[in-house]
Amino acid sequence: MTERERDDHSGIETTGHEWDGIKELDSPLPRWWLWVWYGTIIIAIVYWVLMPAWPGITGFTRGVLGQSDRQELSSDLRALEAIRGAGAARLRSASLEQIESDPELQAYALQVGQSVFGDNCATCHGAGGGGGKGYPNLRDDIWLWGGGLADIQKTLLVGVRSGHPGARGETMMSAFGRDQLLTEAQISDLTEYVVALSRRPADRAAVARAAPTFQVQCVSCHGPTGTGDRVKGAPDLTDAEWLYGPDRDSIRNQIWNGRNGVMPSWEARFSPEMIKALAVYVHVNSGGEGAAPAAPPALAATTPKPTGP
Amino acid sequence: MTVIIDRTRPAPKSAAGHARAKAGPGGGLYKPRVPIHPKLVHGPWRAIKWALLILTLAVYYITPWIRWERPGGLPDQAVLVDFAGRRFYVFNIQLWPQEVYFITGLLVIAALALFLVTALFGRLWCGYACPQTIWTDLFIHVERLFEGDRNARLRLDAAPWSFDKVWRKTGKHLVWLGVAFATGGAWIFYFHDAPTLLTAFWAGEGPFTAYFFCALLTATTYVFAGHMREQVCIYMCPWPRIQGAMIDDHSLQVTYRYDRGEPRGPHKKADSWAGRGDCIDCNQCVVACPMGIDIRNGSQLECINCGLCIDACDEVMIKVERPRGLIAFDTDAAVTARQAGRTAEYRPVRARTIYYAVALSVVSGLMIWGLSTREVLTLHALRDRNPTFIRLRDGEIRNGYTLKVANRTFEPLRLDIRFAGVTGARLSRPGAAPGQTLVITAPPNEVSAIRVFVTTDGQRLSASSTPASFEVTAPNMSARADTVFLSPPKVRP
Repeated sequence: MTERERDDHSGIETTGHEWDGIKELDSPLPRWWLWVWYGTIIIAIVYWVLMPAWPGITGFTRGVLGQSDRQELSSDLRALEAIRGAGAARLRSASLEQIESDPELQAYALQVGQSVFGDNCATCHGAGGGGGKGYPNLRDDIWLWGGGLADIQKTLLVGVRSGHPGARGETMMSAFGRDQLLTEAQISDLTEYVVALSRRPADRAAVARAAPTFQVQCVSCHGPTGTGDRVKGAPDLTDAEWLYGPDRDSIRNQIWNGRNGVMPSWEARFSPEMIKALAVYVHVNSGGEGAAPAAPPALAATTPKPTGP
Repeated sequence: MTVIIDRTRPAPKSAAGHARAKAGPGGGLYKPRVPIHPKLVHGPWRAIKWALLILTLAVYYITPWIRWERPGGLPDQAVLVDFAGRRFYVFNIQLWPQEVYFITGLLVIAALALFLVTALFGRLWCGYACPQTIWTDLFIHVERLFEGDRNARLRLDAAPWSFDKVWRKTGKHLVWLGVAFATGGAWIFYFHDAPTLLTAFWAGEGPFTAYFFCALLTATTYVFAGHMREQVCIYMCPWPRIQGAMIDDHSLQVTYRYDRGEPRGPHKKADSWAGRGDCIDCNQCVVACPMGIDIRNGSQLECINCGLCIDACDEVMIKVERPRGLIAFDTDAAVTARQAGRTAEYRPVRARTIYYAVALSVVSGLMIWGLSTREVLTLHALRDRNPTFIRLRDGEIRNGYTLKVANRTFEPLRLDIRFAGVTGARLSRPGAAPGQTLVITAPPNEVSAIRVFVTTDGQRLSASSTPASFEVTAPNMSARADTVFLSPPKVRP
């Protein structure tokens, strides 16, 4: 072996590599670094033995610990179901009114409901349930299909024009303009009539002209005074809320095209207790239509813990 | 600028190169540690250290076992950090995680007390109360039981391996591990009910964290007190660096009185003491030092102010029939004054001690005030942000709020909720009749969340954001939370 060049300054051998007169010293690796490196090699070998490691043609080495992420996930899911089981059983056995009136059960239902709502309903109704154009606001006191607990539960189960045999929305609003059921002039007059229904200033002559048309075409669903019909999902035209917009253009557009809302049935997707939780969540956050005003909670009945001095 | 390097001449040696050459092979920055074998001394300071060792260890080991009755099925352990229940119990004080500032206050008090004590008396904490010092002292005592005092230990270390050496070393390490385990074992009892955990621990049913922290503290105690000892103080602890800012010439510290000791030198019994100092250079102060330093070099970073060299020197002074206190708690100013022939005067009241004392009093006062006026009923109002407001059928505006009521008492509270700031506002919640007031029951010792709605006629609001507030009242307490009521910028007529 040939004698290697030694650096004058440090006394350390060089590697013989040179760049622009700079030579690389062949400094040994720090001892601690080497030991860490050896340690990682040992850990790797131990890991191969214990854990799934090497791919083969038909499978992979399983490792002596029998670790499987897939099994771990399914056992975790089973454990989660067992944890949720107790709460789910209580939701199943209690009525909607009982769930809502029991503070603890209500809190549980709200938690479940919020999570389910966020994953499934928020896409259309908004994260907070505030709705949007064409998608009803679930936080206010205006309901197309009824805002009571049972109404909300039914809407969730069967959906609206969802294809479910019991789905809501048998009757549909016609596209009066597109299908040429009414003339353009008639639709313009009808628009004024609807504006007048909501107690806003409107063209009196147009309102008078539209009155017979309204009686023929609209009252069957929206009622003679325009207050709507929850059985048919016909909106109240006299209130301050407009599903497709409050201005004349939007109203005219709706009469012309007759859009009809659609909501899927959730019966097949959610368990009955999830539907219950969701119904309670929506009901509570809408202010609770039809909820019987209960007496102030009794002090003793809601005391979960023993008291002391 | 171009630097021309003359390669015909040998390169100058760097400072590091010189240091390497001087240290020789295996030296330099990585010089191996020479073990310190402090000699046992007897005297008042050693006695105080023994007493404090027993006292502090007793406090540490006994505290988790003290019982303290609390109402309502709460833990009966006097001092308990209950992570699972999110409560911190210290005798009659119960703290919630939201009140962690009390812990911060306690730490600030501890820091300021340390500053004050250090400015007055030097590093008394380091020498007498620091766990590192206490456990190192205990471990050295164990070492002494197995291997004898300093000289025997030095001999044993130098001796070849024999049966005697093996059993002494093995016994020492086993007892060290035992003490370390007891240390780690006691720690975990502060976080769980002690009797329950003791049973569960040995049955193998304790929580993972209990085994983990027991093992961790066993390891750190064994390594820090058994093997690293003074290196922890010198290389790991930041306090020796900070202490320089606390100590001045008037701080009492363990001091070699060179005004009296110098010039030093060996002394024979018949020799006269005239013209020489009292220090006979017997090295007893050095061999007694657990930090391995020579106090005669003056105040230094390594010195933990433990006073063992005082005891060692006093023993010698008695033997040579000179007055005691050649090494004593004294100030640099006093030594300098005596050297110059002036009378020494101790000045405990100085600018810095006043600062520290005032700061300590203020923070302590705030803590006592905070603890004594601690709110037992608090209210927070979280306004719904999505949607911010709801317009109802008849044009009224509704806002939703979640009220967080923290009832820190041990009894359920019947509370009236009121809303103020918006004229004509009505409160409602599902299952309760709307009105000016809602009545709820807040369960004891927990935070309850209550959904409430506030509805008002939008026409009456002048701005889109109206300042408002909630108030909850119980017969003899109340809490308030400020919030706003939001409405559309301009309500459509």
